[in-house]
Amino acid sequence: MDNLSNPTVADDAFPTAQAANISRRRFLLASAGTAAGAFVLGFGLPVGTARAQAAAAASPARATKVPAFLEIRPDSTIRLQSAFVEGGQGVYTAMAQIVGEELDADPATFVVESAPPGSDYVVMDSGRRITGGSSSVRFGYVNMRRLGALARAMLLQAAANRWDIPASELTTEPGRVLHAASGRAFTYGELAAVAMDLPVPDPASVKLRDPSQFRWIGKPVQRVDVRDKSTGKAMYAIDISVDGMLHAAVQHAPRLGMTVGGLRNEDQVKAMPGVHSVHRLPGAVAVVAQRWWDAKRAVEAVQVEWREAAADSTLRAMPADFSTAAFRDSLARQTGPGVDAETEGDMAKAFQNAKTVVSATYDSQYLRHAQLEPSSTLARFNPDGSLELWMPNQAQDVFLADIVKRTGLDPKQITVHSPLLGGFFGRHFLYNTANPFPQAIELAKAVGRPVKVIWSREEEFLRDVCRPMAAVRFRAGLDADGMPVALEAISATEGPTEGIANKKADKHDPAAVEGLAGKAYAIPNRRIAQLYVKTPMMLGYWRSVGNSMNDFFYEAFLDEVADKGGQDPYALRMKLLQGNQRLTKLLQAVGELSGGWKRGPYTAEDGTRRARGVAMASPFGTQAAAIAEVSIDKEGQVVVHDIWQAIDPGSIVNPAIIEHQVSGAVALGLSQVLLEQAVYEQGKPLARNYDMYPILPPGRMARVHVRIIESGEKMGGIGEPPLPAVPPAVANAVATLTGQRVRSMPLSKFTFKA
Amino acid sequence: MELEINGKLHQIQSSADTPLLWVIRDELGMTGTKYGCGLAQCGACTVMVDGVAMRSCVTPVDGMAGKHITTIEAIEDDSVGKRVVAAWIKHQVPQCGYCQSGQVMAATALIKQVPNPSNEEIAAAMINLCRCGTYNAINAAVHDLAATTGKTGSV
Repeated sequence: MDNLSNPTVADDAFPTAQAANISRRRFLLASAGTAAGAFVLGFGLPVGTARAQAAAAASPARATKVPAFLEIRPDSTIRLQSAFVEGGQGVYTAMAQIVGEELDADPATFVVESAPPGSDYVVMDSGRRITGGSSSVRFGYVNMRRLGALARAMLLQAAANRWDIPASELTTEPGRVLHAASGRAFTYGELAAVAMDLPVPDPASVKLRDPSQFRWIGKPVQRVDVRDKSTGKAMYAIDISVDGMLHAAVQHAPRLGMTVGGLRNEDQVKAMPGVHSVHRLPGAVAVVAQRWWDAKRAVEAVQVEWREAAADSTLRAMPADFSTAAFRDSLARQTGPGVDAETEGDMAKAFQNAKTVVSATYDSQYLRHAQLEPSSTLARFNPDGSLELWMPNQAQDVFLADIVKRTGLDPKQITVHSPLLGGFFGRHFLYNTANPFPQAIELAKAVGRPVKVIWSREEEFLRDVCRPMAAVRFRAGLDADGMPVALEAISATEGPTEGIANKKADKHDPAAVEGLAGKAYAIPNRRIAQLYVKTPMMLGYWRSVGNSMNDFFYEAFLDEVADKGGQDPYALRMKLLQGNQRLTKLLQAVGELSGGWKRGPYTAEDGTRRARGVAMASPFGTQAAAIAEVSIDKEGQVVVHDIWQAIDPGSIVNPAIIEHQVSGAVALGLSQVLLEQAVYEQGKPLARNYDMYPILPPGRMARVHVRIIESGEKMGGIGEPPLPAVPPAVANAVATLTGQRVRSMPLSKFTFKA
Repeated sequence: MELEINGKLHQIQSSADTPLLWVIRDELGMTGTKYGCGLAQCGACTVMVDGVAMRSCVTPVDGMAGKHITTIEAIEDDSVGKRVVAAWIKHQVPQCGYCQSGQVMAATALIKQVPNPSNEEIAAAMINLCRCGTYNAINAAVHDLAATTGKTGSV
């Protein structure tokens, strides 16, 4: 079974499937004989199978259809269709840098947009196109560089044709083709119209730049979207409008699975100001109005007789007695052995010979994505019967396939626009019942006009999918020197991929155990397992997925092991990484960055008692190590003063964006460990807005210090990797400071004394 | 009723209790001001009313007659706003950008009222939420503005 942390793994079953080969472009390409063998995926067909089929077909060179990606305008500005959606991670800028480097064009001259669905834009060799799994740059890098090089070759050829000289006599400088011998030059804009009509050269014929010659890759290039985002000009799905558009607001069933019975006051609601019409939808009531505020006010006034979910409901019906607290307790009480995810050595013998044994059970909380832009979708049926959608999404082809399935339309009749995302963090994958586009389509059809559905914050929080909850039973055996020789972790949980697929994985869900499995420490006997426990909650991917909680569990427990063995936690990690140069260097780097490792507790200059904690993580192909410094305030709550983080993604494209991504991931990590939890009682969430579901406010942000290390290892991700080491570093510091070992998030549930 | 936004008068049809936010976004079609929570929790909807930061999602439009409302669309027409935007670009503040209209408005209102704010004044004024976690970049930009203001003695 697949998860987003490792999009290259072949043995997977990404449940939202892929819709390769269904766009107009793909059909054109296929008929022109330039694309891979045609295959159309049905839903539920594991991507692994698809991938095997794809591999069996002629292996295509990805991202070679230059005119599909690039439009060079007369003024030499360059419009780039990005395969990946921009949602704050800086991918538009990274793509401009990568393509610009080989095209020989300043990234500042790029205007970047989200490309439509279609196989032209499947730029990752995995054959998948999603914006997730911290994969855009690392898996698109080579192909996008080659795209830039191919475009440059076409511009050179166009100039050669115009001057009637061999292209080999020509060179480029940013935005221009030069003929040094004659001193002549063309701007790219002057050549573009002709160049883009030339055949694309053989992908193998272009040579990529030597990295030592990079002008933009690896440099802190300014983001292409910062001015628009600082002046209100950036457009998100929620901002789009079209002629004749009506607005819609919805009221969802209080518990998923319930259906609409009677509407007690339908006539009164219809008579409310601005109301156009009232609609019954699956699990929701909608009001369409001239303006959204009128729609919202009216739909909130609708008195709905909700019916319990039918026995044969295919939805994950929320039980009327569901309580997150009780569910957490039930997870913690699970005693089964689970299914092996990672095993090494002889556990029975190792525990038999162990001098001491440490055991503990940890748990995590459900989390909301809580991106600032509530979900919305604008749907318009055009006079020719085609359908146009403006919708937040991080997987265009997956959404298109679902729209085809829902509407019965030919994919050629559907246009999916993917505007900027007002934050995503995993929110905008295809999640059944958690995306508003089916409602927008249904309403636009019903009223015969374009309709924009906006979910109010309350409806957004009611239908958002959650980061899974888990309870992990740990057991470690220590030798006479206090070194761990055996470690077992059994996670009672349902993985997010299992939740989305609504079925148990054949073996285990890698997304459920990543961060427990895959640790680099040299502990000779290990067993990491998942004990599947189905949850009534709708699950999804949340920034850093399984690592978001599993590194908290593991790294906090490792500190318990260190304490039991009488070892310093930093020194213990160093010992367990002996011979691992990359991680030894990383751990040293974070120590140095923090001014030298000191655990504390100690008294700071301002008189507060403080301590530090350390933790490491290996998420999404990147290595990270963090140190946190904490104190306890007058209310007994944790104050995080500083986070030092060393991060090694192998090699990089933009150090400035990386620093900002680290800072942002630190904020989300702190938010999780300090504050956040989605609590349900009687099947309903207690919080449906930020008042009761607090996210990290500016006043609780820590100073963040970043060191980027380029080890030269295979390129890793950046959007998610800086998060997982933060929560355990904080929890470890708190344990050192207070003597209180907290095995559950968020820390706001507890009161501490320094 | 009549509403003055960005120096221009608009005849408003929306009902009197409609929040200012939705008049700006839906009736007047200016979408730079964002909806985040509707409860004055997040600050994405921040505008300036007579130079003071205000959360437009909970501000009924009927109280706004005769007041000078400034939205992000006109931010660079204001000399302080122009400097704030320049600082936002210099410090490369935005990530997803959705909250940044409100952040820029809050910073502009602060610097207009207190040209050289203290750390405490900055902390008290810059309380809008950002899920991308751009808080340190915001803080750096506002401190930079405060320092520049102090040095030049002008706004």
